Amino acid sequence: MTPGTLLQQITDYANRANPYPLYAELRKTPVARQDDGSYLVGGYYEISSLLHDPRISSDQRNLVARDGGGLQAEEEAGLPPSMIRTDPPEHDRLRRMAMRPFGPPHTPRRVHEMGGELHRIVSGLIDGFQGKDHVDIVDDFSYPFPVTVICRLLGVPREDESRFHVWADAMVGAADPSPSADLQERQRAGTRARTELGRYLAGLAEEHRRSPGDDLLSALATDHGPDGQMSMVELASTSVLLLIAGHETTVNLITNGMLTLLRYPEHLERLVKEPEVAVPMVEELLRYEPPVHLALPRVALADIEVKGTVIPRGSTVWLGLASANRDPRRFDDPDRFDPDRRDNQHLSFLGGIHNCFGSPLARLEAQIALTELARRLANPRLVEDPPPYRPNPLLRGPRHLAVAFDGVQG
Amino acid sequence: MAVSVGEVVQAFRRDGRIVVVGASLAGLRAAEALRTGGFSGSLTLVGDEPDLPYDRPPLSKQVLLGRARADATTLPQRNSVNAQWRLGTAATGLDLAAKRLRLADGEEIDYDRLLIATGVRARPWFNAAEAALDGVFTVRTSEDAARLERRLSARPSRVLVVGAGFTGSEIASACRERGLEVTVAERGAAPLVGALGGVVGAVAADLQRQHGVDLRTGVMVTALEGDSGGRLERAHLSDGTSLDVEVAVIALGATRNTEWLAGSGLAAGPRGIACDAGCRAFDVQGIVTDDVFVAGDVARSPHPLFGYQFLSLEHWGNAVEQAGVAAHNMINVGPDRRAHLWVPTFWSSQFGVNIKSVGVPNMGDEIVITQGSLAERRFVAVYGFQGRIVAAVTFDQAKWLDFYREQIEVRAPFPPDYATVDRQPGGMRPVPAGFQDPSLPSHGATVTLTGHDPNERRVQFTPARA
Repeated sequence: MTPGTLLQQITDYANRANPYPLYAELRKTPVARQDDGSYLVGGYYEISSLLHDPRISSDQRNLVARDGGGLQAEEEAGLPPSMIRTDPPEHDRLRRMAMRPFGPPHTPRRVHEMGGELHRIVSGLIDGFQGKDHVDIVDDFSYPFPVTVICRLLGVPREDESRFHVWADAMVGAADPSPSADLQERQRAGTRARTELGRYLAGLAEEHRRSPGDDLLSALATDHGPDGQMSMVELASTSVLLLIAGHETTVNLITNGMLTLLRYPEHLERLVKEPEVAVPMVEELLRYEPPVHLALPRVALADIEVKGTVIPRGSTVWLGLASANRDPRRFDDPDRFDPDRRDNQHLSFLGGIHNCFGSPLARLEAQIALTELARRLANPRLVEDPPPYRPNPLLRGPRHLAVAFDGVQG
Repeated sequence: MAVSVGEVVQAFRRDGRIVVVGASLAGLRAAEALRTGGFSGSLTLVGDEPDLPYDRPPLSKQVLLGRARADATTLPQRNSVNAQWRLGTAATGLDLAAKRLRLADGEEIDYDRLLIATGVRARPWFNAAEAALDGVFTVRTSEDAARLERRLSARPSRVLVVGAGFTGSEIASACRERGLEVTVAERGAAPLVGALGGVVGAVAADLQRQHGVDLRTGVMVTALEGDSGGRLERAHLSDGTSLDVEVAVIALGATRNTEWLAGSGLAAGPRGIACDAGCRAFDVQGIVTDDVFVAGDVARSPHPLFGYQFLSLEHWGNAVEQAGVAAHNMINVGPDRRAHLWVPTFWSSQFGVNIKSVGVPNMGDEIVITQGSLAERRFVAVYGFQGRIVAAVTFDQAKWLDFYREQIEVRAPFPPDYATVDRQPGGMRPVPAGFQDPSLPSHGATVTLTGHDPNERRVQFTPARA
C-alpha cells in the first residue's frame, strides 16, 4: 500500500464499513502527498495545528486553478460560498450574524430551551414503533428526527421535506470526492440543487420577513445587528448550509451511536440505568464513530511545513478528523469505546474558527435520542452487521440500520 | 538495609504532611492535584480570607454588572481534597530550619513540604486618610466587589477609575454598561499600554472613548478630597484640573503578599518569591530549597523561552498550571519532576471585545498586524524581539491563538513572512510596539519547546548560528 493512494482507498466504497485500518496506515505518514497532488493529514496534533493555522484557507477560490472541476461550477451558481467555504473577514461576519439568533452571547438559551420539543419529537417517533418487531433506525428515526428539528428551527415547513430531500441528496453526492466517471456530472447536479434550494429558502425568508415567527429564517431576514443585515444571497447561502448540515450530519451521529451501543450492549444497558452518562457517552461516540470523517478540503496559502513535510502553497489539504480521533499519541487505547474516557477532546466538530456551528444542538439531539431509544426498546439487537453504508466517505454513516426488538416501553 | 528512593516517595505520599499557604485558585488546584497524584497524607490549607476558594475574574466583570453575586463565584472542587481548612487566618511567619509555619492566631503548624501560594493584593491608594474616605474602593476580593457593586447600584453621579490596566479598564467597561458616567485617569499614554504597548493601547483608547468613557491619559490623580462627613466628593489631577466624583476605584496594580516571609531566609520580596522552573523556592543565597514550593501570582520563575527571565504572572491560567506542576513535583523526585514551561496566556473582556494574549508582549520591540485590522478593532497583533516572535495579542480573533503559541514555542522568525487569511494592506510591515520602558534581556542559545504531553514537554537547545 503506498501512502499516495490512501485518499483513493478511503473514498473507495469497499472500505466504508471499516476505514480505521486505513487511518492507522495514514498515521504512519503524518502528511501524505496523494497522487493527485493533494495532501492528506491524519495525526491529531498535526490536524489540530492546521485547524488553527491562518495559512490554511477554506475558500476554494484560492486553489491554484487546475483543469475545471468544482471551482467553476461554484461560480456559475450565483449563490456565494457559505461561511464554511469562506475565510475571515467574510466568514466572521456571516457567522456572527447567523449566531445572533442561535447562540451566545446574543441568544444563549436557545438550544437549551429546545430540549422539551426535542423530547416530544423523539417520543412521537418511538411511539410509532408500537406494534412492530423491527424498524430501520435511519428511515424511521435518525433521519426524521433532526430533519423535523432543523425545519422547526429554521422555519421551514416539514411537509416540504420531499422537495428539499432531493436537493440535499444531490448536494451530498457532489461533496463526494470519490474519483468516478460521473464526478463532473455529480458536481453540476449539486450546484443546480444548491441554487434551487437557495431559491426555495430565499422565497421562504421573504415570506417570513413579512410575517416573522420565532425561527431563524425570520430572525435572519429581519435582524439588524451591529453588522447590519444579511443580503438575500447571503441569507440563502447560510440557510442552505444550516439546513443541509442540520440534516446530513446528526443522522449519522445518532445512527452510528445506536450501532455502536448495540455492538457494546453493556453500555446501552448502562444508559438505561444512568441516563446522565449520556453526556460523556455522546462525546465518546463523537470521537469513536464521528459523523464527518474528512473535513471539507482546505487550501494552503503558503508553504507550510508539517512534521518535516512541506505542503506547497496552492495545494489542497485533506484533514482526516476520524483518523485524528484514533491517534494513539493523543488517546490511550484509541480503538476502545470507553464512555468514561477523560480529557476527550476529539476533533469531530473541528476546531478554530470553523468549529461546528450547530454542535450544541447536535449534542443535545444525540443525547436525547440515544437515551430514549435505550430506555424504550425492549431487548434491541442488530439484524445486520455491518449495515449497508451511504456512499459518501466524508459524511460517513449507515444508509439503513435494521434493529429488531421485543416491544416498546411507555 | 538500604531504602530505595521509590520507597521514600511512597512513604511520603502515604504519611507526609503538606501545608498549602494561600487558599485561592492556585492553592486549591494544587491541593486537588496532590490528591489525584496519590498523596494521602495530611493536607492543610491556610487562607487569610474567610471564604472557600473562589474565582476572581468575574469580580471585575459579571459581578459589577450585577449579573452574578459576589459570593457566588466559589470555585468548583474537582475532587474531594480532604484537607484541614484554616480559613480566615493569615500566615505570619516561617521557620525554614524547623519546618514550621506560624499563623496569625499564634498557632504553629509543622510540615514536611510547604507550598506558598499567597498571591497578591490590590495596591492601596498611597494616602491612607484619603483611602479611608467613603467612596474609595479597590477590587481584589469578593467582599471588595460586593461593596463596589452595592455602591454602583446606587447610581453615583460619576465614577473615577484610577489606572487603566486590565482591571481598571474592565471596571470602567462595567460602569459604562450600567450607564454610569466614568472618568479614567491613566498616567501612561493609553490604556493597557504597560501590558500591550502603544499600538494596541491606542486601539484600547479609541474603544473606551467610543463607549463614552472620559479617558484622560498622561495624568495622575494627586489627591482625593472628602466632605465633612468623610465622603469622597472631589479628585485633583496632575494637570491642575479637578473632578467631582462620588466613587473612585483605585486600580493601580497589585502588591505581592510576601511581607510575612521577611527574615525567613527565602528569596521573597516585593517582586515575589523566586523559584526554579520546578517551582522550588530559592533561599536568599540563591540556593534552591527542596521542601518549599511556590505557585501562582506570588511566584517568579525563570522561563527558558524568554531568556530565562524570572517571570511573575498574574494570570488565571498560570496559577492553575503552576499549581499543577508544583503539586506534581512535591510528590515526585528526580527525573519524574516536571518544569513549568507554560507559555503565558491571559484574557480580558471589556467594552464588548474579547482580548487575549499569548507569550510576553512587553518583551517585544516591534509589532505587526498579521490578521484583521486595528481600525475595525478585530485583529491579531504579533510582537517580535530580535527577529523572533515572542507574543501575540488578539481582539475578537482568539481562535487563532493556538497557532501563534506554537510559533512562539518554536521561536519562529519575526516578522512572519507568509501569507495568511485576512491579511490587510500594510499588515506585513513591523512598527515599533510602543512600550514605554522595555526591559530587554540578552539572549544566548535559542531554545524551543517540544512535546504535547506535560510529561514529555522538554526544552531543546539549538546552537546559535555563528
